[in-house]
Amino acid sequence: MTRRTIISILAPLLAVILAFLVGAVVIVFLGQNPFYVYRVLFSNSITNIDGWGYVLFNATPFIFSGLAVALAFKGGLFNIGVEGQIYMGAFAAAWIGITVNLHPILEIPLALIFGMLIGGLWGFIPGILKARFGAHEVINTIMLNFIAMALTNYLVNNPFKEQGQINPIPQTKELYSGAIIPRVYPLFNRLGIKMSPSVPLNYTFFLALAFCFLTWYLLERSRWGYEIKAVGLNPKASRYGGIKPEFIIVLTMFLSGALGGLGGINDVMGYRYRFLDGFSHGIGFTGIAVALLGKSNPIGIIFASILFGILDRGALAMDVFTNTPRELIQVIQAIIIIFVAIGNELIFRLLIRLERERE
Amino acid sequence: MEDRYILETRNIVKHFPGVLANDNVSISIREGEIHSIIGENGAGKTTLMNIIYGLIRPEKGRILLRGKEVNISSPAVAIKLGIGMVHQHFMLVPPFTVWENIILGKEITKRGGLDRDSIYSELKKLIDDYKFNIPLDEKVENLPVGIAQKVELIKLLYRGAEVLILDEPTALLVPQEVEELFETLYALKSQGKTIIFISHKLKEVLRISDRITVMRKGRVVGELDRDKADEKTLAQLMIGKTLEPIQSVVSNRQEEILRLEDIKLPPKLKQVSLSLYRGEILGLAGVEGNGQKELLDIITGLTLPEDGRIFFANKEVHHIDPRMIREMGIGFIPEDRQVMGLILDFSVAENIILGRHYKPPYSIRNRLNLPVIYRDAKEIVERYDIRTSSIYKAVRFLSGGNQQKVILGRELSFDPLVLVASQPTRGLDIGATEMIHSLLLEAKRNGMAILLHSSDLDEIMSLSDRIAVMYEGEIVGVFSPKEVDETLLGLYMTGVRRD
Repeated sequence: MTRRTIISILAPLLAVILAFLVGAVVIVFLGQNPFYVYRVLFSNSITNIDGWGYVLFNATPFIFSGLAVALAFKGGLFNIGVEGQIYMGAFAAAWIGITVNLHPILEIPLALIFGMLIGGLWGFIPGILKARFGAHEVINTIMLNFIAMALTNYLVNNPFKEQGQINPIPQTKELYSGAIIPRVYPLFNRLGIKMSPSVPLNYTFFLALAFCFLTWYLLERSRWGYEIKAVGLNPKASRYGGIKPEFIIVLTMFLSGALGGLGGINDVMGYRYRFLDGFSHGIGFTGIAVALLGKSNPIGIIFASILFGILDRGALAMDVFTNTPRELIQVIQAIIIIFVAIGNELIFRLLIRLERERE
Repeated sequence: MEDRYILETRNIVKHFPGVLANDNVSISIREGEIHSIIGENGAGKTTLMNIIYGLIRPEKGRILLRGKEVNISSPAVAIKLGIGMVHQHFMLVPPFTVWENIILGKEITKRGGLDRDSIYSELKKLIDDYKFNIPLDEKVENLPVGIAQKVELIKLLYRGAEVLILDEPTALLVPQEVEELFETLYALKSQGKTIIFISHKLKEVLRISDRITVMRKGRVVGELDRDKADEKTLAQLMIGKTLEPIQSVVSNRQEEILRLEDIKLPPKLKQVSLSLYRGEILGLAGVEGNGQKELLDIITGLTLPEDGRIFFANKEVHHIDPRMIREMGIGFIPEDRQVMGLILDFSVAENIILGRHYKPPYSIRNRLNLPVIYRDAKEIVERYDIRTSSIYKAVRFLSGGNQQKVILGRELSFDPLVLVASQPTRGLDIGATEMIHSLLLEAKRNGMAILLHSSDLDEIMSLSDRIAVMYEGEIVGVFSPKEVDETLLGLYMTGVRRD
């Protein structure tokens, strides 16, 4: 491993540790014992199989949203619209699930592809606006978030509302069985790993890992990834090198949106088996943090997603077993991001100095 | 009239990495005169002005203001001493109005708020005094360049500047605006202001100046009164005579490979027709900003001409873009290697395939063929003597000469029929420059057609088989290097003569 890789792994790790230390100070100010609070946080998430099951279940959508943000970032674009892409993609997949009744072998891929297409469309729109008119993608992706939320809210409240039921939150009817992604506990139990049937971890997690590999392959081994990174780093030199930056911007935003479109699959096809209004609660925005912490690297994104999965799981336990409010977890998440952001800049400068000295 | 000097420099010395930008520069500016400082790009004019304005600290030398030594440590000090500078690129806030821009940093306030009445009356007085014609409430972004420049001037006057430095003020102006600027300058002079006028346009300099200082390669090579100067002497002083013997050029010009017919791209390119033959180096000379960049951008497919036809190997080409240009066999060494030529955070290997990354052998069915990429990169690094610890290193960490060799290696290694080289040795040390020169000559001997654009006339003279001179968007003359000297070229470059 080069010094560069070691530093880029150590830096986020350091940020996480520092964030927990600052969090401990906050807990002390709240009049609680940080050792106890952190023990509760971790013992309910990573000390037993079921806890890990929940953690990975929580991590699954973050992997997709983190990949979506990271891919756009490699292309020099800020996709703040993953949240909207999640809603659009999830609704598209749910629509297949409630209208088409096929064998899972056909129906699951069909729902996934349709979800990616519609999520991709939600990335394509700001992409083409940027390439064609120079409209900034940050503004347009944010605006499209509102449109996606309002649109799915309308659809799930009106034409697609489940009839004959009174639900606190509007939802569609249940998906046909062909569109359901099964849980993994039967497999684990067969392998001799005891996991309780209540654990919602499902095969979407493995799908997420597969997409990590695909994204890595796209970026590091394919001609298109080369062009995406080239445009992200230097559009002028890319044009000189025969690349069409406008086309690459649209392509990048489409692919990023397609990855984002899978961010709701875990919930819709793997957990609730229906589309629930407003189910995401910021998965897309957490994706920004995940991509930042994972340095836009697919492997790093897996670890960052798991960390955020642990924090989400631990927050629940903290709420139940301690007097520390679960909002503390959000504080820690925010502090991690701040430390990573500072760390990135410091490390970049350090690296440049090291390289210069070696020359 | 007795000589009263308002501003003098004494033996200013300033190095930049690899360049002696100012070499014992002493100039003397009289109070109330318009004094021009002329020289080619890189002659050290702007460096000297930046030193006077406190933007750069000299290594040696003194600055005297009204005979007293001053220490100008920053532009703020310069302004306090009454020295103001208008840069080539304006320092204005475009969405602010004219008056907001003028007072920015020196606001008149009343009870914590802007005192608009006082500001207005003061600005009105300034505008009347100098017969400016400026709308105070217009936003700067809506103003034409000539007016924006006046805003810069008023900014300086508002701050009480007595010495006004104008760095290439006419570079961005159309002729009518130049006339207006000159009237303004005369008005300023009649009010007793001193003006330092930086330029390389000889006609303008001769019209406006009282005295002229000529710089070349960091040194003052002449100081003349207006009535003792003419364009020929100035051009000769500015460009200098080459002392080194010109390299013998073996011309084995073959068939025509590239022909431009009546290429137009207003306002920079009026009309250009040009032929390039295999086995020759065609030097493109001219003062920067006379359309050379636009011409090269058209040949390399980065911009489309508004009108005109391009023939490659006697076949007309339409809708050219950079990828197609490379496919046809045209290589390009861009002027700005760090912005256009390289992706600084890409590795040496990744930069070496740029432009051919999308097709075999580097991509096979859209999959990068890494073994071949790395093998070729290693070979090119070796063949062109690129000093880097590995081909995986980001080119950001390479020296300027080695960065340029990465570009040269990339462009030469695919054996193009035509090579367009723009400022291929600018900013490089002697060793790298010589290597690049010999690579260009070797490529020419092997039948490549090379279009060499350079602001270094020595380079043009010693490498070219033919020299084309551009002035104001046209080719004003084509010469063999044997039939011209640099003085004559200088006359063509500055628009004094044309065929």
